[in-house]
Amino acid sequence: MSSREKILSAIRSLTVEPKALPDIPNFSSPGNLVERFTQSISGNKGEVLSKSEFEEWFSTSGFSKVISLSVQFSELATLPLPEDPHNLETLEVAILDGQFGVAENGAIWLEDTQLGLRALPFATEHLVIVLDRNNLEDTMHQGYDKIAAAQSGFGLFLAGPSKTADIEQSLVIGAQGAKSLRVVLV
Amino acid sequence: MTHPENAAEFLKDSQKAKWHDETLWFVRDKRDKVSKGIPEWEQLRELASGIKDNVLANLAGYLEEFERNAKKNGIIVHWAADSEEHNRLVLEILQQQNCTSVVTRKSILTEECHLNPYLEKHGVEVVDTDLGERIVQFLNQPPSHIVLPAIHLKKGEISELFHEKLHTEKGNEDPAYLTQAARVHLREKFFAAKVAITGVNFGIAETGEFVVCTNEGNADMGVHLADVHIACMGIEKILPRRKDLGVFLRLLARSATGQPITNYNSHFRSPSPGKEIHIILVDNGRTAQLAREKFRNSLKCIRCGACMNTCPIYRRSGGFSYNSTVPGPIGSILSPGLDLKKHSSLPFASTLCGSCTDVCPVKINIHEQLYEWRQEVTKTKGEFAKGLSMKLANGIFKSPLAYKISGSVMRNALKSLPNSLIYHPLNSWGKNRNLPDPPKESFQQWYRKNRS
Repeated sequence: MSSREKILSAIRSLTVEPKALPDIPNFSSPGNLVERFTQSISGNKGEVLSKSEFEEWFSTSGFSKVISLSVQFSELATLPLPEDPHNLETLEVAILDGQFGVAENGAIWLEDTQLGLRALPFATEHLVIVLDRNNLEDTMHQGYDKIAAAQSGFGLFLAGPSKTADIEQSLVIGAQGAKSLRVVLV
Repeated sequence: MTHPENAAEFLKDSQKAKWHDETLWFVRDKRDKVSKGIPEWEQLRELASGIKDNVLANLAGYLEEFERNAKKNGIIVHWAADSEEHNRLVLEILQQQNCTSVVTRKSILTEECHLNPYLEKHGVEVVDTDLGERIVQFLNQPPSHIVLPAIHLKKGEISELFHEKLHTEKGNEDPAYLTQAARVHLREKFFAAKVAITGVNFGIAETGEFVVCTNEGNADMGVHLADVHIACMGIEKILPRRKDLGVFLRLLARSATGQPITNYNSHFRSPSPGKEIHIILVDNGRTAQLAREKFRNSLKCIRCGACMNTCPIYRRSGGFSYNSTVPGPIGSILSPGLDLKKHSSLPFASTLCGSCTDVCPVKINIHEQLYEWRQEVTKTKGEFAKGLSMKLANGIFKSPLAYKISGSVMRNALKSLPNSLIYHPLNSWGKNRNLPDPPKESFQQWYRKNRS
């Protein structure tokens, strides 16, 4: 008997009292979505910027290696998307369009179509996500309703920069992945 | 060594033990604050527990549904009855790829299977990529906490270690500096790796996808740069529907570290073009635990570590004192099911205060199961000293004369006997506890004087 059969038949030989799968209520919270989302992102050690704030930051920081898949900011790209993710090793900035954000925790949903390469938001030194302020959801429940039928091979709820507190619980931003996250609300 | 012996070892460094206790309590406190911001928190716990009840009652069906959908999406599915088979399957995949070096986002499951030493024995270099995991790997230690692997170490120790392994400045203890050094070191490994191994937080039957959560982004750095991703998943990690993730992702990070969510929550449904995803579904004692009705719902655990952060024993004895892959209260009800003899002291490493049960996001009745395991342990082992004292007490309480005499004997004995005899090693209750001063007279004598 294969291990598959062994495991499945061991489970089937048990009588476990049947329990119905509970329905999940459509929980929601009061408050302005933009305000709550902004608060959540800064709690996660990211930053929410307006379009003009972003443009000012970008123009003064002098980056030379930039990939932009954002429709609005495509002209900021200095590099095309490579075929091999290993070419992302020295990338300074990636600019991507997010599908929607979740106010309760700042999580932003991205799929293969927005990412180009799955490694992109992790390997880049700085990450910028452009998000339409009308595309904010209240909680994760509404977030998952939105992607119930989505079929992307890879999807990601991204809520902040790479961070760790593994040394004496001191928070350090910029562990292995992106050292910063800026969300541009347009 | 038993839990009390190991705990005594941990407590020798009293300053560090105090820091450990306070730091974990701080994390527990953060969990309290963030959970109170969610009015439906208790409802979410109820839902999570209910969803897991449904999963445990239909596990075989959900596993088949998961397999069917994962295969449809181009994921290669393997099944492992035990740790040996799991390790062999991983090695076979590595050998097919001619791969002698892997990056891992070590999971509690691969730790449980002792995958790293197995791979190293077969000539594979294993690089754990979570910062805390890398630190303990450098020290040849297991993690001491399932979410905070290096919580037993101080920055001075890590600074010394990194000076030796990564050639950082001697004496530089700045966490930001040390983290940056690890970043450079680990990124080099990510960009060189052909195969990456991760654990799995949740597998979704409805879609055949699985979800991995991290804050560092190390799991994703590994798998998106490698050609092959091996995901190792305990069979109890299944959830029925994608929307169930809404409940569990709201609970997981808030319970674990008091954050509203982990910064990276990756949903893997199918491999990138030209790449491979393998998933290994592992039993290793889980069906046996499912068969134990009293202990069944320990399989609901989502490995948040909240029960450790709150446990007065864990905080004051350290993760290593449990000598078990999963330490703390949840480990003390999971591990006896794997090896009752080895872990027989763990169900007693608790005050049964119930704090673990109160914080558990999936409402496992941890303290009640600890109590139940104690019954199992004494059934198989018996307790000589306790049996003897119970027999003695039985004799004394049966005879009024014996009761009277023994009372006055005890009062005088406690007054006049040297401490070395009262607090002898057989009396484990005397350790760090003082007996109250014995009363001058018995209650009967007092009553006769004052009330008659």
